[in-house]
Amino acid sequence: MLFWERFRDNLPYFLEVLIPAAGMTVRIAAGAFVLAIVVGLVLALLQTVRVAIITIVVRTYIEIIRGTPVLAQLFILYFGLTEIGIRFTPVQAAIIGLGLNGGAYLAEVFRAGIESIHAGQMEAALTVGMTPLSAMRYVILPQALSVVVPPTTNYSIALLKDTAIVSAVAAPEIMFKARNLVMETYLSAQIYLLVAIMYLIMSLILAFIARRLERRLAVSGASGAGRPSAA
Amino acid sequence: MSDLFAVYQEHIGVWLPQLIEAAGNTLRMTALSFVLAFVVGLVLALAKLSPIRPLHLFASGYIEVMRGIPALAVLFLIYFGLADFGIIFDAFPAAVIGFGLNGAAYMAEIFRAGITSIHSGQLEAALTVGMTPMAAMRWVILPQALRVVLPPLANFGIALLKDTSVASIISAPELMLRARDLASSSFLPMEVFLLAAAIYLVMSLPVAFLTRRLEARFAHGVVSRGS
Amino acid sequence: MNNGSTAALLRVDDLHKSFGANEVLRGVDLEVRSGETITIIGPSGSGKTTLLRCINYLERPTSGHVYIEDRLIGEHWNGKTFQHVGDRELARERTEMGMVFQRFNLWPHLTALENVTLGPLRVLKKSTEQARAEGQALLDKVGLSHKANEYPERLSGGQQQRVAIARALAMQPKLLLFDEPTSALDPELIGEVLNVMRALALEGRTMLVVTHEMRFAQDVADRVIFMDDGLIVEEGPPAQLFERPQQTRTRDFLRQVVEH
Repeated sequence: MLFWERFRDNLPYFLEVLIPAAGMTVRIAAGAFVLAIVVGLVLALLQTVRVAIITIVVRTYIEIIRGTPVLAQLFILYFGLTEIGIRFTPVQAAIIGLGLNGGAYLAEVFRAGIESIHAGQMEAALTVGMTPLSAMRYVILPQALSVVVPPTTNYSIALLKDTAIVSAVAAPEIMFKARNLVMETYLSAQIYLLVAIMYLIMSLILAFIARRLERRLAVSGASGAGRPSAA
Repeated sequence: MSDLFAVYQEHIGVWLPQLIEAAGNTLRMTALSFVLAFVVGLVLALAKLSPIRPLHLFASGYIEVMRGIPALAVLFLIYFGLADFGIIFDAFPAAVIGFGLNGAAYMAEIFRAGITSIHSGQLEAALTVGMTPMAAMRWVILPQALRVVLPPLANFGIALLKDTSVASIISAPELMLRARDLASSSFLPMEVFLLAAAIYLVMSLPVAFLTRRLEARFAHGVVSRGS
Repeated sequence: MNNGSTAALLRVDDLHKSFGANEVLRGVDLEVRSGETITIIGPSGSGKTTLLRCINYLERPTSGHVYIEDRLIGEHWNGKTFQHVGDRELARERTEMGMVFQRFNLWPHLTALENVTLGPLRVLKKSTEQARAEGQALLDKVGLSHKANEYPERLSGGQQQRVAIARALAMQPKLLLFDEPTSALDPELIGEVLNVMRALALEGRTMLVVTHEMRFAQDVADRVIFMDDGLIVEEGPPAQLFERPQQTRTRDFLRQVVEH
């Protein structure tokens, strides 16, 4: 069919523009992912301190971030903060926006993971004389890890797709570059089809890596999975 | 920022009615997309569970593909891409179709998990009173599965509400687009977007709260695999 | 009662069933006449439950055939080979056989009465009034007419199982299959279920019961079948099988059961 022939002819030019953009997509996603993990961990650990005021502040922050669209948060960071003189570049706004948003989401994941291990394990650690912090570090968190890995890797895949949204603040990732390409060539169907294929390939690769990671961490993790079998 | 308060005092009379009107569009878009995703998702789930191989393959393929691409890409394909073939949608319908078809993939997985979580003994008892597998699905499995999926469905709905903001990128008339317009015309993006965010919060929080109550209740009236 | 003919209501021919490499039924032949109550006993893993589940095709036999009143179940002969029967035909065939499960499998989103009437309403297409009247009568028969509008979670195990029996009876089956109906019950609740089953047997129902309740087998069964390792080892009237077992394996099994 004519469509596919034209598509094949144009492919090299499209890829010339979009592959570097894909690199930017990955960079933004990676940056946001790291930020989200750090923020999520901090927020989750803060909640284990069980001081009323801290818990309230943290939970309020989480509820607000999770109850409002990422796009709104992005716009506030990129456009809104200019009112008080803070100017982020599109990429900075993208990473910070997605990262803070993801942090609120992961905070819940981490909190649930920590709480699923907490009680008896912590008590046992305390009775051998560890401080709560040591107990957290050597006993709770390593076990919570295997509980937490699947939702976190699933989040990373969602994050990769969410980077498309930052095109709205002109971050030079796939979606933004694709729109420019369309404005230049008017070939919407071909270009957006290619965009979809590129995201699909990236998601599948990331999903594959995620499954491998889950399997490896599950074996060496706690919750009894690491013990040798009776057979 | 004490002048924040002053700004709102001055502008809120103009902004709020406009934003609330646009929020109405957001709610409509969410509801329509939800219904589309629900129906298509249920069909996909049943197809994926079906012993008929081509149905299963089609459903699996659809779900894999839709879950691997951003909703925005689907929106662009429908709004811009299809125009190349002469199929032209307005932004609002394009958004509804896009979110509906994209969301259907997630709904399908929710339904599938719900259906397979129902204990197999339920199906067997239905078969022994002479029901076909389809009748059993209709009278015994699905009624129970729908109870199970209520919390995930509600969570999906809330996520969908927030995702409709993305439709502003194709200029679909909803809350975020109106906010952008107001922000650029007033040169007060912070105040406008904070207000818009607050409206989203007001729309989503009550449902989120109810969902959490639902999640605690769901065990009634269902025999799950674990029991 | 039947018209005096001794033709078999149920006939099982050389039934084999394997799950992967594991052969659970190794060639079972069985005949059940109308009005007979048969109990099947044997150690776990002997294939008793699998036999029952093959008869109503909840499991498909690997080979062998099942006949109700000389009609082939689950398959049909097209002149050259045996072909599997479709879902709708199989569902129709199953209306002739009721089953009562070890774990009751009542539908939790329906009341007791609704559990009983769902089959008649949706499969037999009876009118609401007729189905409800008949359902109420069946619940009355099992002693639970006052619980008609209760949901299963509010009923005791014994009550749930009795509702399950009423549900099976509602389809007016020719044959009743019981898969260890009292094994999941607390001891004090077993009696109420066995009493219902006893009454059904005395009525002349054709029943095939897999059970560990030896007293029930002795009192109520017309014939007892002992299965071990996928085969029928011995069968006969309870007096004969329990008091003068002829096979060593039967003797060993009975001795074990008595000692518990």
